[in-house]
This record gives sequence, C-alpha cells and structure tokens, in this order.
Amino acid sequence: MNLILIAVISLGAIGLVAAVILFVASKKFAVYEDPRIAQVAEVLPQANCGGCGYPGCNGFADACVKAGSLEGKLCPVGGQPVMAKVASILGLEAGTAEPMVAVVRCNGSCEHRPHTTQYDGAVSCAVAHATYGGETGCAYGCLGCGDCVAACQFDAIHMNPETGLPEVDEEKCTACGACKKACPRNIIEIRPKGKNNRRVYVSCVNKDKGAIARKACEVSCIGCGKCVKVCPFEAITLENNLAYIDPAKCRLCRKCEPECPQGTIIAKNFPPRKPKVESDPGTETVKLAAAKVVALKTETVKAELSVTETPKVEISKMEEPKGKTPKAEA
Amino acid sequence: MKTFRIGGVHPSENKLSAGKAIETLTLPKQAVFPLSQHIGAPATAIVKKGDVVKVGTKIAEAGGFVSAPIFSSVSGKVNKVDTVIDASGYRKPAIFIDVDGDEWEETIDRSTELVKECSLTPEEIVAKIKEAGVVGMGGACFPTHVKLCPPPGCKAQCVIINAVECEPYLTADHRLMLEKPEQILVGVTLLMKAAKVNKAYIGIENNKPDAIKLMQEKAVAYPGIEIVPLKVKYPQGGEKQLIDAVIGRQVPAPLAIPINVGAVVQNVGTAYAVYEAVQKSKPLFERVVTVTGKSVKNPSNFLTRMGTPISQLIEAAGGMPEDTGKVIGGGPMMGKALANTEVPICKGSSGVLLMNDKEAARAEAQPCIRCAKCVGVCPMGLEPFLLATLSSYKEWERVEKEDIMSCIECGSCQFTCPSHRPMLDYIRLGKGTVGGIIRARNAKK
Repeated sequence: MNLILIAVISLGAIGLVAAVILFVASKKFAVYEDPRIAQVAEVLPQANCGGCGYPGCNGFADACVKAGSLEGKLCPVGGQPVMAKVASILGLEAGTAEPMVAVVRCNGSCEHRPHTTQYDGAVSCAVAHATYGGETGCAYGCLGCGDCVAACQFDAIHMNPETGLPEVDEEKCTACGACKKACPRNIIEIRPKGKNNRRVYVSCVNKDKGAIARKACEVSCIGCGKCVKVCPFEAITLENNLAYIDPAKCRLCRKCEPECPQGTIIAKNFPPRKPKVESDPGTETVKLAAAKVVALKTETVKAELSVTETPKVEISKMEEPKGKTPKAEA
Repeated sequence: MKTFRIGGVHPSENKLSAGKAIETLTLPKQAVFPLSQHIGAPATAIVKKGDVVKVGTKIAEAGGFVSAPIFSSVSGKVNKVDTVIDASGYRKPAIFIDVDGDEWEETIDRSTELVKECSLTPEEIVAKIKEAGVVGMGGACFPTHVKLCPPPGCKAQCVIINAVECEPYLTADHRLMLEKPEQILVGVTLLMKAAKVNKAYIGIENNKPDAIKLMQEKAVAYPGIEIVPLKVKYPQGGEKQLIDAVIGRQVPAPLAIPINVGAVVQNVGTAYAVYEAVQKSKPLFERVVTVTGKSVKNPSNFLTRMGTPISQLIEAAGGMPEDTGKVIGGGPMMGKALANTEVPICKGSSGVLLMNDKEAARAEAQPCIRCAKCVGVCPMGLEPFLLATLSSYKEWERVEKEDIMSCIECGSCQFTCPSHRPMLDYIRLGKGTVGGIIRARNAKK
C-alpha cells in the first residue's frame, strides 16, 4: 500500500514540476505567428505543387500574409475564387493575375516526323535526351517517353498514343509548371490562357536551319520569317531560326496562321474560319474593294497588252479578217 | 597472375578479328572533322571554305590547355565549315574537306624505318606531343600532354601502358602490338622521358599470349620497360583498375587522379601515336579501327584516316549484314549505339561493332530483387542500384553524396543484373547532371 502511495506521489510531483517548466517555457519562448497564415493556408488547395513559386501551400500563405499585397500572387490550382477568399481573409484586394495553361510546342507526330532510329533505353525523356538526339531526325522535338505525364499531379497531361505526343487537358491544367520543369527539351511553355481560351503559338522548338529542320519534320519552323512580316503588332520574333509569338503582344488576329508555309503556327480554340465575303463587314469590304481594284487593273493591263500586240501581226493575216468583217456586219 | 581487386565481370571475348592483319583503308571522298573530338574545350577552326590543305595540315587550333589541335587526314579543298550529326544524333560544328589526291606535308617523315634515338628534352617532347594533337586513343580522348604535366605537388613514379583491351570484340590494340612492337616500345621510352621516370609497365591481358610473348622478346632491348601479363577481367582497361592490377595501388576516391599515386597511364595506341609524332613529325590523323560483329563477313582491322565515314568501313568489311540490330561505336560494353552510319571516325574511335538483332535486343526491365549482384561487380565499390534509383528520382544531392562521380560507366552492373534494369542509363544521367551542378558551384566560387 505504502509502495503504491510513494509511486503515485513521486510521479505526480515529477509531472507537476515538468508541467510548470513546460508552461514557463511556452510563455517565455513563444514565437508569435500571425493567425491569418493558418487561416489562409486552410483555404488553399493543399496540393503543395509549387506552381505559385513558393515552397508549398504554407509557404505561399506565409508570403501572402507578410507581403501586404496580393499583386502578382496567384494560386494556379485554386485560381481566382481561392484568391478572392485569401483576399477577404487578409482584407486586401486580389491581384488580377492572368490564368495560364501549359502548351506543348511540338507537333511532330509519327506521320509528320519519320522515325530514323529506335530507342530501347530506360523509359525516361531525361535519359533519352542525355543519351542521344532522339528517334527522329529532330534533335529538339518531343521524345515521347512521358516525363511530363509522370510529373503532373493533376492528371492534366496525357500521351496521345496515335501521335505519340503529350496533350494538355485545359480544364484540369493548373499551370503549376511541373511538366515544364520535367521536360528536358524545354518544349512545354506556360502561356496565358488567352481571351475565350484562344491562343496562337508556334508549335515547334527546332533551332536548326530551315533545310535541316524541314527534312527532319514536316511541321517544323524553318525560320522563314513570313509570320514576322505579316504580324501587325510586332508580336513575333525570329531568333536562331525559330519564330516565337510573344503572348503579351499577340492580339489573336490569326494573320500569321495561314501565312506559315509549314503549318507550324497553331491557333487554338478559334471558331473555324469563315469564307472572307461573309465575315466582318467593316474591314473586309475595304479589302474586297481593294482586291476588285487590283483585279480590274490587271484586266486593263492585259487589254492594253493585247492592243499593243495586235499591230505586230503580219499584214497578210490582218487582211483576212478585214474581208470577213463586212460579211458579218451585213 | 595479377588483376584488380574489386568487382569485375567476364563477358564473352568474341575477338573475331584477332587474326586479321591491319589493312590500310582507301581514302574517303569527303572527310569530316568534328571540332570536339576530345575531352576539354573544342578546337577552333583555322581554315575556311576554299582553302587547300594537305595531309597533316593543321585545320583547327586547340581551344585551351585541356584541348588538342586537329589535323587534316586528306589532301584537298575545304568544302565548308558547318555542323554534322555526331554519334549521339546532335549537331556539332565540323570541317568538311573534299578529297583530291594524297599529297602529304613535307615535314612528315614517311619512311617506315625505325627511329630509336631521340635527343629532345622532356619539355620538347611534351611540346611536340601537344603540337601533334595526340589524345588518349583508348576512347576517353583525354589530351596526352595534360597527363604528362603533373599538377604541382605531384610527381610521377612510373608510366603504365594500357594494352589490356578488355572490351570484347575489339582487337585494334592487339594487332598494333603484333605489327608495330618496336615503335610502341620507342613510344613508351619517349613517354618515360617526358614524364621523367625510368620505369614503365605494359599491362596485357593473357588472352593475347602472342602479343605478350612478342613484346617480352622486344622489350629486352629497352631498359626500364616491363611487360605485365594480367588475368582477363573486365574492366581492367579502366585507368584506376589497371593501376591497381599492375602496381597494386588504389587511387583514393573521390575524384582523385592517377598521378596522386604516382602513375601516368597511357594507352598503347597513344604510345604509338607519340612515337609517330615525336620521331616522324607525323600528327595524329589516322588510327587502327576494328570493324567486327558476329554476322559481319570479314571482321577486320583497318588503318583508317580520321574523318572517314563509318559506312565506308562497314562496306570494306563486307557490307552491312541484313540482321543488323545496332551499330555501335566502340566495344559492346562501353560503346554507344550510333544514330547514323555517316558519322566520321574520330581520334577516339577504336571500333565499329555490328550487333545482330538477337544480341542487340534489350530484355524487358523487371523490378529490382535486391540481390546486390551489381554491388558485387562494381569495380569502384559503389552501389549501382542505389545510384540508379536516386537518379531516377532526381535526388541529385544524395546521389552526389553516394559518390556517383566515381562511376567509370563500365556497365558491369547492367551486364550482370538478372532483372535487366537499365541502371547505367540512369547513372549516366545522374553523373551528367551532378557534374553540371559541381561545375556551376565551382564557377560561383
């Protein structure tokens, strides 16, 4: 009995002393943490994808609270609704960040890009890229081993077995940039989603000279510069035999798309082109009128040519119709 | 009989062309010289379109200390300085020369007479080697003059000549020893003089008894040169493995170089190139290349001018067999499958191997069963399964701590793996990436 009593009392005493020490320590060494950080973290999706540029959701919450402004901060997974919630917690205004999406800049499917070799190494784009130029003649294009698919946490990118190229599911894509980082060839780009999800981009990253690029792939950018010339907004630049459309400057006029001789420029989510006569009365009629003028001019030139040509015909031949014409008149 | 201590494997030897004398290959129609044929900075072209060059004319200057100049192997006109698809399928700058006749530079001594005496000082010998563009002929292509200039605080004690040729199939070094033994021995003497040592060992595996016997007979006349027969084991031709096998010293990891244990290791082909460079003033522009394979009609050894497309060598060996599955530049263990056969022969091309479909097929990778066979055979005492897995997870920091940079990429782990795991593929990726990280870190400092 006595033994049990001693044990209970001594353990109780140790517990009490420890509790006092812990209490004092918790007060003395307390680190103040803004309670709003936890609140903000709670509304974040907790995907910890790093797409915002911070180490996980807690890091982003911390940054949002400490920054005092939400300008330029966007949770790509939650998007604008989540940012509105964060803004209401912090009493700030949500920044107007443009929604982005991953874009695969390679269109070298099997039919466009004939295979020259066969790769049988480890199934990894990173390994294939480090080993050699790839199964096709293009040393810049998609390797098709699916590192981007493995990197995506949101099930938003898949290999299309027919083309052998990855395709982005725009609904699911959060533009976190994991696929971009995984791609050893820097083919995937995070671009603004664009108005009504419409985008115009160059679907190629081949920096070889035109002839070499064309030989390797039917739909490669050959750096001809036609798109640069036709762009009214100076949105297209040509560097290292490769055109690039700056999404900040592009106004989605789609003038470059039909101009590209290789069909490399892709206009996504646009309605099909209508025949020119029916579309948009304003500018189109002016163009039509101009086209008509040109047509008329060419006709007149042709007429003049025929007039000037006739005297050159030999006189003997000229006489024959003369004899015939009176008959016709009569 | 001696061999190295840690790990090693025994692939079937398949030395099909060992009995074939070295033949001189006809000149190509166009020779292509990639500017990056060696480890270190690429060379810079000093010719332009339309320039007329002779055999032995310097066409590219060394791009730094760890670099080597490149010489034309043909006479003719420079067609263009452009890019060429190299063995890996990427485009690299190269010089194209249209061949027209076979006119040599007058400075080159073309007689076959053996020149034994050399009155040059060690520094002059190194300068001559450097000027002739001699690089390691075993495959790594490390500039030879750099190895002969030890860093401060290190002193060479002996020269070790690598005549192991541990790669299956390849016989270029074997044939060279049988046909040019005296020249090689003079070359070794020159290397000894250049490295300021009076002892040299020539390590030869005992699957070449004829070469061992011949070299032993001839070496009697050359003081300080000892022939060391070695027990066959792959990768004995690795620098560190050879040092261990021949003089019983282990090069401490990580990233230590052979000179730390007092050894200068040179390939037997390099010794021959040194002889030609110093005694005959002939720069490095041709080498012996083995063309072989089980289905090849005439497996042969060709004395080939650099810049010759590999397709021409294949043609000379009886053409491409129908069942070819892979064309490999180098041997089956460390060689690389070629993306096309128009790739030119470079300073480091020791062989062309045509594997048939059956040999070339890779078995499907199965899960690791933790048998640790790869650990047992790794000649560097690493854990290949761990390095490969960590590399596939992109754990670069950890993989660096696991000493991935010590890997010599011999492929023993993948060769022995019962699950056929592509370990070396991932280790190479990891090594490349970690190497880049280390270089970036050093550049910051």
